[in-house]
Amino acid sequence: MAGKKQFSTFVVDQLLFGVGVEKVQEVIRYQEMTRVPLAPSVVKGLINLRGQIVTAVDLRRRLGLRERAAADLPMNVVIRHEDGAVSLLVDEIGDVLEVEEEAFELPPGTLAGEARELIRGVYKLKDTLLIALDTDKMLNLVTSAARGA
Amino acid sequence: MGDMDDIVKDFLVESNENLDQLDRDLVTLEKDPTAREVLASIFRTIHTIKGTSGFLGFSHLESVTHVGENLLSQLRDGRLLLNGKMTSGLLAMVDVVRRILVNIENTGQEGEGDYTSLIETLTRLQGNEKKRKKTAPVVATLPTPPADSLPEPPAVSPSPPADLPSAPPAVALSPFADPLPAPPATEELSREPVNADPASPLGEILVQAGRTSPEEVNEALKLQHDGDSRRLGEILVEKGAAKPAAVQEALQVQAEARAPALSDSNIRVDVSLLDKLMNLVGELVLARNQILQFSSTQQDTSFLNTSQRLNLITTELQEGVMKTRMQPIGNIWSKFPRVVRDLATACGKQVNIEMEGKATELDKTIIESIKDPLTHLVRNAVDHGVEMPEKRLAAGKSPEGHLLLRAFHEGGQVNIEISDDGAGIDLERVKQKALEKGLITPDQAARLSDRELLNLLFLPGFSTAEKVTNVSGRGVGLDVVKTNIEKIGGTVDIQNRVGQGTTLKIKIPLTLAIIPALIVTSAGDRYAIPQVSLLELVRLEGEQARKGIEKIHGAAVYRLRGKLLPLVNLNHELRVEESGIGSDQIVAPGGSRTFAGAGSDAQSLDFASARSKHLLWKTRLRDFLDGKGTLTMAEARSHKDCALGKWLYSSGLEQFGKLPEMQHLENLHQQFHGAVREVISLKTAGDTARSEQELVRVESLSAQIVSLLTGLERQMAELNAVNIVVLQADDRHFGMIVDEINDTEEIVVKPLGKQLKGIPTFAGATIMGDGQVALILDILGLAQLANVVSEVRDRSVGEKSAETESRRDDGESLLLLRGPDDGRMAMPLSLVARLEEFARTAVEKAEGRHVVQYRGQILPLIHLSSALTERRQGPRISGSSEPGAEDEKIQVVVYTDQGRSVGLVVDRILDIAHETVKIQKHSGRLGTLGTMVVQGRVTELLDLKGIIQTADPDFFNEVVAA
Repeated sequence: MAGKKQFSTFVVDQLLFGVGVEKVQEVIRYQEMTRVPLAPSVVKGLINLRGQIVTAVDLRRRLGLRERAAADLPMNVVIRHEDGAVSLLVDEIGDVLEVEEEAFELPPGTLAGEARELIRGVYKLKDTLLIALDTDKMLNLVTSAARGA
Repeated sequence: MGDMDDIVKDFLVESNENLDQLDRDLVTLEKDPTAREVLASIFRTIHTIKGTSGFLGFSHLESVTHVGENLLSQLRDGRLLLNGKMTSGLLAMVDVVRRILVNIENTGQEGEGDYTSLIETLTRLQGNEKKRKKTAPVVATLPTPPADSLPEPPAVSPSPPADLPSAPPAVALSPFADPLPAPPATEELSREPVNADPASPLGEILVQAGRTSPEEVNEALKLQHDGDSRRLGEILVEKGAAKPAAVQEALQVQAEARAPALSDSNIRVDVSLLDKLMNLVGELVLARNQILQFSSTQQDTSFLNTSQRLNLITTELQEGVMKTRMQPIGNIWSKFPRVVRDLATACGKQVNIEMEGKATELDKTIIESIKDPLTHLVRNAVDHGVEMPEKRLAAGKSPEGHLLLRAFHEGGQVNIEISDDGAGIDLERVKQKALEKGLITPDQAARLSDRELLNLLFLPGFSTAEKVTNVSGRGVGLDVVKTNIEKIGGTVDIQNRVGQGTTLKIKIPLTLAIIPALIVTSAGDRYAIPQVSLLELVRLEGEQARKGIEKIHGAAVYRLRGKLLPLVNLNHELRVEESGIGSDQIVAPGGSRTFAGAGSDAQSLDFASARSKHLLWKTRLRDFLDGKGTLTMAEARSHKDCALGKWLYSSGLEQFGKLPEMQHLENLHQQFHGAVREVISLKTAGDTARSEQELVRVESLSAQIVSLLTGLERQMAELNAVNIVVLQADDRHFGMIVDEINDTEEIVVKPLGKQLKGIPTFAGATIMGDGQVALILDILGLAQLANVVSEVRDRSVGEKSAETESRRDDGESLLLLRGPDDGRMAMPLSLVARLEEFARTAVEKAEGRHVVQYRGQILPLIHLSSALTERRQGPRISGSSEPGAEDEKIQVVVYTDQGRSVGLVVDRILDIAHETVKIQKHSGRLGTLGTMVVQGRVTELLDLKGIIQTADPDFFNEVVAA
């Protein structure tokens, strides 16, 4: 398949994001979370995924976007990771999209700091832009921004 | 790593196992050079390796082992006696074999090492004996029996009774035609034409082998039975019924028969399979917990029975699987004899190692983690602990040092002790080194206790070694040891006996995976506390809750059976808001958060006082209705102007307005006054009958109000209850305050993700019976965070203040106040129930005395200045000796006895001091017990009880009824 890639997509604060399908273990609805005191603020809590304890990372916080309204319940995108699964909290789940590699572009130079690190690039779709996330960097929470506040 | 044949793989696995055994055997052999079975076993192993390596084409391996085998066969045949050089040579061979095996594992090839020098050494070690052989006439003629030859049992001339079963060396028996006082190699024995049943007793073996007759054996047995204490073999030989060689053979057969029995019942299992089983069992435990929780709500007996069965089976399965992962600690220890031998030789010392509790079992993962730390500690003991033989002799000790390893289970933990009888640790040197390295200041150095000095050794970069050998002394050891052990939840401690030796004690929790835990709730979340850290639970209610928690230097403590227990508030440490019933519904006075519980002590009392206000007022209402008016019409009619109303519509609703009960209260209260108005109007109208009826309704409403207030008071009191979990971390005790204590449960420890691993307060997470995730507290981490247990440098301060605090227990806490003539006065803090401040306007007069309303009671006041009237009253610098002077507020020290209180009005409360009460000068003056020195100032000790007695002689009489 020349230059095509499949993305699992989701919406966060009205922006469309995606990660490679091979990275996604599953997508599930809102799960009750147990908060973790003293954890970095992006860690919203822990969820029980069929007996496994999975850390839930709030993407809004991770990407520095506005807080979700209290009444809105996030969905879980569970990502496979070498140290275990991690769940990303998103607003809505999108479809699996197939994109052309040619449509890929690196993030603009104007994109500042933290976000730059987490975004691999952008795919230009017909009506919208798909922002491709770098999962490894997403889950590396040792950055100061993630720890802050 | 290249492709490997299964054969090669198996060869490597087996050989490595055998090599470990070889190390052990060689060291054992060195101690007892004539141990036959050991020699034979060593020979067999090398022989096998040689054979297989030849088959697989590993020529280096083959040649090295071949030479070794030659030497070993000489030893086995008794032609050579093992000495230190030979042992070293053979051990060197073992190392070389290991090295080659590693090469094979990594690259598939042997590598190109040059082993000629080793081969030469081993050859030479045999060569000497060749010379010896020439002098021993008989021996020379016999070739070294190759493994697969089958020589005839040599013709034996009767030999004098040898000292059976040990075999004297070959040389001593040179006159014999039989070159071997001991039987030839086992292979020959196993080819005995007779099927000697190895498991049978010696006599039978001999008979079966045709070496003696049954009658002889019976006679010998009879002799034994009659009291001959010699062994059967000895008796037979002495009687000439059997030859010593034959007896030897039989004994050999017997010994070997016992050995294989063990290995047949073992089976090799891949560790990853065991891990998988362990995980599954963990999941099963969780599912079982859920079923149990669910079953508690069910009535169906068959379901209950089945779930109970499931419970039992799961528990047993869990125990069984845990056992599979348990390995005896002897597995790690087995390497140590070699380590100790090599190291001792390298250092020129003599060290003997003993091991107790080899069978003590540990989980495999723990064993992996402590292997290196233990090795390091053992090396330390040899290198630094044990002195040189000369020094030992000079000190009156045996030249050989002793190293003792002990392992045992105790209190849910595995204890491992490493003791040496060396010189112990020189604390002065430790101090000096620490100062040199700038790890402590000279100030601290002077104050450190012995225990703290020893703990310095665990700091990184520490070493008192004179020179750094390639063995130890690099100063990277002990801190790594401590870290590794703490990582698996264990503790390390040093005990030092100067001149006599050192002991290192390690404690490790038994299992990592499934642990019993106490579940607590704090700020609405559940947390699990591993039971191994749990000492006891303490619940304080009401009065105890208020008084029990004291503050020393700003740190909260609780006196637990006389010892001070530092307190930690879990919510505070986790930096979460306190939650719980109504904390968001209650505004504390001043808006401050209180230390213990969500309610404050004042709040429950507010309700109590509101209730008493109301009751008091109702009495006056009664008077009023009977015509003795103390109430005004307005007060009676208006729900806002009565006593309760005043409270309700000011601080009452402000603080508690959000509570649903308060709405109800308001409602009732309004109805109450409605009824009162009705009563009044009926009375005024002259309708006494109906007004009495209405009065009944008034009473009933009042009763409801009272019960509502009482209920609220009780709620507040409950909020005030303090739950303290007494914990231990690193040998220190502290108390943790939590909102609720739930239950104990067995929980499955699941690790936290990488993102959360760094948080010191959590050791993992678990899934509760209802499917919710709960965090497991890391008690040591929590204690460190709260500074209850801290780093060495701080610890010295901590210990010092702990010492001072315990000294404080001998002294007393004293409340210091300014006396009427500006002198300093003191009274024992233990007598003080409370320190209060009242507005001067709150002071009322009743029965000729000053009183204030206090906590639903009427508190009589005693003025200190009046009580000590005998004192000269000189001109005052400030303030006045009379109430009603400039100050708006008065300071009152409240004393309570049997539920009755009295307040002592003082000028100024100065401080709280801790002193040993030592009265310097006794005073006859009423009201004081004498003079002492407190905080360097002359202070008079008040006789509080005496003062009260004078002012109110009835105070101490027994309270009859409430």
